[in-house]
This record gives sequence, C-alpha cells and structure tokens, in this order.
Amino acid sequence: MAEHAAAPPPGGDSPDSPDRPANGTPTIEVTDVSKHFGGIAALDRVSLTLLAGEVHALVGENGAGKSTLIKIITGVHPPDGGSLRHRGAEVSFGGPRDAQAAGISTIYQELNLVPQMSVARNLFLGREPRGRLGLIDTAGMHRAARQVLGRYGVAVDVRRPLGELGLGVQQMVAMARAVATTGRGASVVVMDEPTSSLEPREVDRLAEVIDVLRADGVAVLYVSHRLDEVFRLAQRVTVLRDGRRVHTGPVAATDRLGLVAMMLGRRVDEVRAHGRTRFGEAHTGRAGEPVLRASGLTRRHALSGVDLEVHAGEVVGLAGLLGSGRSETARAVFGVDPLDSGSISVAGATARRWSPAAAIAAGIGLVSEDRKAEGIIADLSVRDNIVLAALPRLTRAGFVSDRRCDEVVEVFVRRLRIKIADPDQPVRDLSGGNQQKVLLARMLCLHPRVLLLDEPTRGIDVGAKAEIQALVDELAATGLGVVLISSELEEVVEGASRVLVLRDGRVVDVLTGDGIGEHQIMSAIAGASDEPGPAGDG
Amino acid sequence: MTRAGSAPAEHRERAAALVRRAGAPLALAVLLVVGTAAFGDGFASARNAGNIALDSSYLVLIAVGMTFVIISGGIDLSVGSVFALAGVLTAYGAQWGSVAAVALPLVVCGLIGLANGLLVGRARMAPFIVTLAALLFARGLAFAASQEGNRVHLIPADLALTRIGQARVLGVGAPVLVALVVFAIGLVVLNRTRFGQAVYAIGGSSEGAELMGLPVARVKASVYVLSALLAAVAGILVAAQTSSGLPTIGEGRELEAIAAVVIGGTLLTGGAGTLVGTLVGVLLLKVVQNVINQIGTLDAYYQQLASGVFLLVVVLVQAGLARRRTGGGRGVPT
Repeated sequence: MAEHAAAPPPGGDSPDSPDRPANGTPTIEVTDVSKHFGGIAALDRVSLTLLAGEVHALVGENGAGKSTLIKIITGVHPPDGGSLRHRGAEVSFGGPRDAQAAGISTIYQELNLVPQMSVARNLFLGREPRGRLGLIDTAGMHRAARQVLGRYGVAVDVRRPLGELGLGVQQMVAMARAVATTGRGASVVVMDEPTSSLEPREVDRLAEVIDVLRADGVAVLYVSHRLDEVFRLAQRVTVLRDGRRVHTGPVAATDRLGLVAMMLGRRVDEVRAHGRTRFGEAHTGRAGEPVLRASGLTRRHALSGVDLEVHAGEVVGLAGLLGSGRSETARAVFGVDPLDSGSISVAGATARRWSPAAAIAAGIGLVSEDRKAEGIIADLSVRDNIVLAALPRLTRAGFVSDRRCDEVVEVFVRRLRIKIADPDQPVRDLSGGNQQKVLLARMLCLHPRVLLLDEPTRGIDVGAKAEIQALVDELAATGLGVVLISSELEEVVEGASRVLVLRDGRVVDVLTGDGIGEHQIMSAIAGASDEPGPAGDG
Repeated sequence: MTRAGSAPAEHRERAAALVRRAGAPLALAVLLVVGTAAFGDGFASARNAGNIALDSSYLVLIAVGMTFVIISGGIDLSVGSVFALAGVLTAYGAQWGSVAAVALPLVVCGLIGLANGLLVGRARMAPFIVTLAALLFARGLAFAASQEGNRVHLIPADLALTRIGQARVLGVGAPVLVALVVFAIGLVVLNRTRFGQAVYAIGGSSEGAELMGLPVARVKASVYVLSALLAAVAGILVAAQTSSGLPTIGEGRELEAIAAVVIGGTLLTGGAGTLVGTLVGVLLLKVVQNVINQIGTLDAYYQQLASGVFLLVVVLVQAGLARRRTGGGRGVPT
C-alpha cells in the first residue's frame, strides 16, 4: 500500500539537520523543548519537526521521554523551555482542547473513549450533529458514523456500546474519531502505540488509514516499539534516550541493528570488555529439576508461547525492548496478569488458581520495575515496608508479633547492607538504591525459591547499582533461582548464565555460555534475519 | 489457571444487563398486580393513584437531578436539606409576594449548587464530602431562617403561588404536572443535547472526556447546580401545598433519591443510566410504601425494609456487572 514508503533523502541523517522531503512543509516544529518533573529532566532540549504528509516514527526505551514529548505537542503539559510552532506560528496550548481546536489529534495507548456509550456517540462526542432546537440529530449521527467507519472498512452496529466490541474495533473507532476531528483543518495525528491491541489484519487496515491521512497532507507522529511497523510505515524516525534526542533521519538510511543500538545506547561496532558490572562468574545453576518451569505462557497481545525454566542457583536473563514481553513474562509468572493459556509450576507443583498470593506461597518473589507505583509505600517505615508481604507468617492468632518483625528486619538490614538511621524512618527518605534493597528484603524474608527482578538497578546511582549486582550474585550462590530483567545490556550479559531474548511476546533466541554478548542480543532483538530498510510491500 | 474471556461470561453479562434494565419495571408491574388482587378498589382507584402520584412528584424532581449527578460519576447528599431550605425560604419570601417567594429559594439554592459544583468540578474535591458539607450548611440555614424552627412562616392563601401550587388540572395536582414537565425536559436534555452526552462521557471516563476535549469542569459544576435547583423546585411546591415552610422536612430524602436512581438501573460508578429507570425506581419505592400502608397492620418500618431489599438486589446485580468488566479487562502492558 505504501508505494512511496520514503521520499528520497536529499541530505544526511545528522541529528542537527534533519533532512526534509522536497514536498514537506513543517507542520509542527518543536525546538529545544525541556520538561522537568520534580527536578528530574524528562526532556532535555529536544527538537522535532513534523512535515506535512509524512509518517514520523518516535522510538525509545522506557524513560526516554516519548510520552512527555507527545503530551507537550498535544497540549497536556506546557513545556518548561523551548518553543512549539504549529504551521509556522508559535503556539502555547492551555490544554488538550486548545491543541484539538488547532487540529492536533491524539490516539492514546490507553483508549480515551467511553466504553458504556455507543460507537456513534463516542465518535461524535463534543461535536454531535445538531438539528432543530440545537438537539442532537440521532439518526443523522448514526448515518454519519456508519459512513465514517465505512471509509476504514469497519462494519459494526454503531448503536452498540463501544465496550462490547473487540479492542481492535475500539482502536479503529478511536482512530476514526481522531481523524474525523482533524478533518476540518487537519494537520497532525499523534498515534501512541496504536497497534498494541490490534490483530495483523487490523494493522494492515491501519496502514491504509495512514496512507489516506498522508495523502491529505496530515503529519503523523507514530510512536511504537514494534520495529517492523516503524520500517513499514514511517519515512523518518527520531530516537530518544534518557530525555535527549539521539537521532533523527530517514528510515531508508537506517538499519535495524543500528536503530536498536541507538535506543539502548550502544554502538554496533563497540565491543566492550567485561568487568563493568559487579557480577562475578556466571551462575549456571544446579543440575536436576528446574525450580520454576513456565511453559507456553500466552496472553493476548502480550505473550505468545513463552517458555521459561529456572534452576536453583541460576540467573536467567530476559532481554528485549520495551513491550517485547520481558516484564509481561515476570508479571504472568507472578500471577499479576491473567493468562489465556500456559502453565506454571514451582518445584514440580502446579497451582490451580494462580495469583500473586499463590505465587508467593509457592515461593516466587517479584521486585517490580515500577518501584514507586507498585513497590514501596513511601509513607510507611522501612520496617513496615519490609515485613509487609511476610505479615501472614509473622502473625499469631491475628496479632502481629512485633518481636519477630524486628528480628526479620534486623537480619535483612544487615544482610543487604541497607543504610538506615532507624527502622522506623519513612522509606521515602532513603536513596533509590536503599529503597530497592528494602524491596529485595521484602521478597527475601518470604524465603522464595525464585526471585523475579524487573529492572532492579534502574534509576539508582552507580555505587548502589554495583551493590545490588553483587547481592544478586550472593543470592544465586545460596541456591536462589533468579530471573533478571534489565534494559542495560551489560547487566544481562554479565549477570546471567542463560539469556532469553524476546520480541513481540515471543522468545526469539536463547543464548548460553560464550554465546552471550551484547551484539548477539541486539541482533536477536533487531531480527537480523529480516531484511533491513523499509518494506514497501507493493 | 486458564482464564479466557469466554462466551458464558458474555451471556452472564447480557443477563445481568437485562435484569438491570428490566428488573425494576418488572417488579413494579408485579407489585401493581399483587396490590390490585389483594386490595381491589382500595388500591386500584383513581384516588389512590393520585395519592401515589402526588407523593412521588417531589421525589421525581429530586431524583431527576440526582440521576444527572450520578451518571456524571458524582453524588449529591445535600438535596434533602436544600429541599427543606427552599421550603423555608419560599414561606419567608412570601411576605414580599409570589415572585420573591419563588426567586429567593431558587437563587440561594442555585448558589449552594454552584458552590458544590465548583468545588467538585474545579477544585476536584470528593463529591461525597463537598455535598455532605452542603447538607449540614443548608439544614443549618433552614433552621436559622426560621429561628431554630420556632417561627413558622406561613404563606398567605390569597397569594398567586398558593393558588397555582394547589391548583388541579383534570384532577392532577400542580406538583405532578411540574414533575412530569421537568422529567420530559430532562429526557431531552440527557439524551439529545451535547451537555447530556458530556454527562455520560464524564461519568464513563473523566480522563477520557478531558482528553477528548470536553468541558469537564463546567459540566460537572452544572449537574450540581441542576440538582440543587430541582430540589429547590420540589421545596417550593411543598411549601405552596402546605402553605408553610418547615425546616425539619426532607431528612433522608437524598438517600431515598439515590435509592430510586440506583434501583432504576443507573450505575453508582457513573457513565450509565436512564431517567426512565429513575422514574420507575421512584414509583417502585412509593408503591411499596402504599401497599404496606394498605395492609394497615404492618408497621411503616416494613416500607424501608422492602425498599432496602430492592436496593440490595439491584446493587448485587450491578456488582456482578462491574466484576465482569474489571476481571476480564485489558491489562496494560508495561
């Protein structure tokens, strides 16, 4: 469908002079925009130009600043510094309404529709066709809704509540709404992970919709972690990392491996020496039955047939890009997200109903990647945070035994070298590294057999990182099975004795021994077997 | 450990939705048949129907406003007090004539609603707390305006308001007519205007509505103003009927209205519900009361007991619905 997948690039791909297709005039110009949240820079002087009629892919790992950049363009956040120009004129949006009025529409990853309302009402909310007396013309609205959806090949009863329909259809409705909104004075459509809940057939349809938009001169900002789509749909790509722009250039001149390397902050030709982490020699684990055996883990749009085995004393690494299924695997094993199919057994025993409580009882611990939202309870004391999950075991006849709590807390504060003045001080006062240790302690005092560590060293300083890494080693040496998830490649490479590489919810490669290396992981992520460059598919 | 979104779950949801939509009307129909069979003409007479209608009309007015508030995802606990305050202010204002008797309560109660609305919509405070404060405030004001209830303002019988308020058209009292007109307007506003659609959207997903560019704060503020104004209209009508304003009336009216709205199938969590359901809910409550009154030997407590059972059944069905929604809902890949 995309016959002209990329306009001929007249210039180079240096970040400072993004080339412009000859026909494209800038629709949005973001110049040196910065945004801070609580002293932390989410965006640091980022520039981005969207041209009329182009699909511009925006990629980056967690914390790269993609969401923040989108929210600045769509008026949700005001920038702290820099300027935003729309069709040549400097603008400052007071909110999403302003941006929409200017013709900038967004399809958020989380569908921003109202599931209880009908398809037609969702499509036209806020701009319903009105007849006599200013009343909504329901019949006309239904007709228009059928017509709009018909353009994109969606045939549904527009009177049905949106929530009763499949996610794919809901996504198409969101899309149609966004496009229809920009229909008058159309200029920009921002798509945030639009395909995360779509079937392949629906992705094709989306591609057709995007073609229609391009033909109309609309600029599309396409955020996705699916590289296939980036190469198939986009003409230019911008890579963000840690709030900075690291690359903007035509997709045609970018190869997959290079793109992955930029997202992860690596250089393809770079081969670094060992010894950048505090991981010792690899822990290959003990022979015999695996302590954790998960097979065929499948969850719609997240995982398809992931197998994972962990032996006692073994560190298994999970590598992959954001959304590849790393964290999803950990969450499934821990019973957070329900599975469509698959089985999990710990030390040979399979639980019938899987839930976090069942997982803990079976001997699985999870330290989540989102420390703030899913981990520590900032206002509670160190002591309370540590014993939280172990409370059922520290309770006699319904009363919590203070003495036993104190013992547990003392043991783990010492063992994990948690730096605190007093076990009763609130956790929020601790550094990120020490908070992470508190979380580790919380899981360890449950005496797990398998520990799932999701980004255990993210957002903590170098010294604390090394300590956590050394701790993981020690724990494995005592016979604990560890699943290590990290977007820092060297952690996975040096920490794990076996690495599963995931892409699109599948294990695409298993690396062991000397086969574990940054280059091998990146190749597997990039899908080196696929041909690089835009797939014109004409 | 396999848990997939399956067909039985869908059927269950359909069934639950059917119960939610059709349950209350069905119960009402059964009740009417049973009442007629048991009490014959004592129940199924024009006079008794007129009594039920008059008795229901005040609650219909309040419940229509409450429906808007609950669909928007909020709650308004202040309406019982506002209802009483409006009655007192009507009687108080009657000394300056009919216009003052109507305008004074509407303005004061409208302002209370506006304060509720701004605190909920703009300051994003919890509706429960805000309207609880308004409940206390309005009740206090009603007592203050009547010197702690010691002084009952009377409305002169020759006032236009009294004559209109006590008029009957074709045997139907003015409060019933007003309630019907308000109900009809409410139907149109909720279903056929952008404002009404925004109320649904905000209740369904406040954040979504915001991102879709709807004027969330303004709509939220408006539903509380509407609710207070309708409670005030009910208060004015009561005052006109009884020729006086008592600060003690309407206690628990807010809960009765909430019960009627929920029995009528409106989700307490917002986003779904109908005014027709609310009307049925009000009638159901009132007919139950009437039937129990007919029995005569039963204490009035049984009215509340029966209402409680209806409410519980409806809420149980709704909980079943909600569980189905969140349980099989989409997880958010991180």
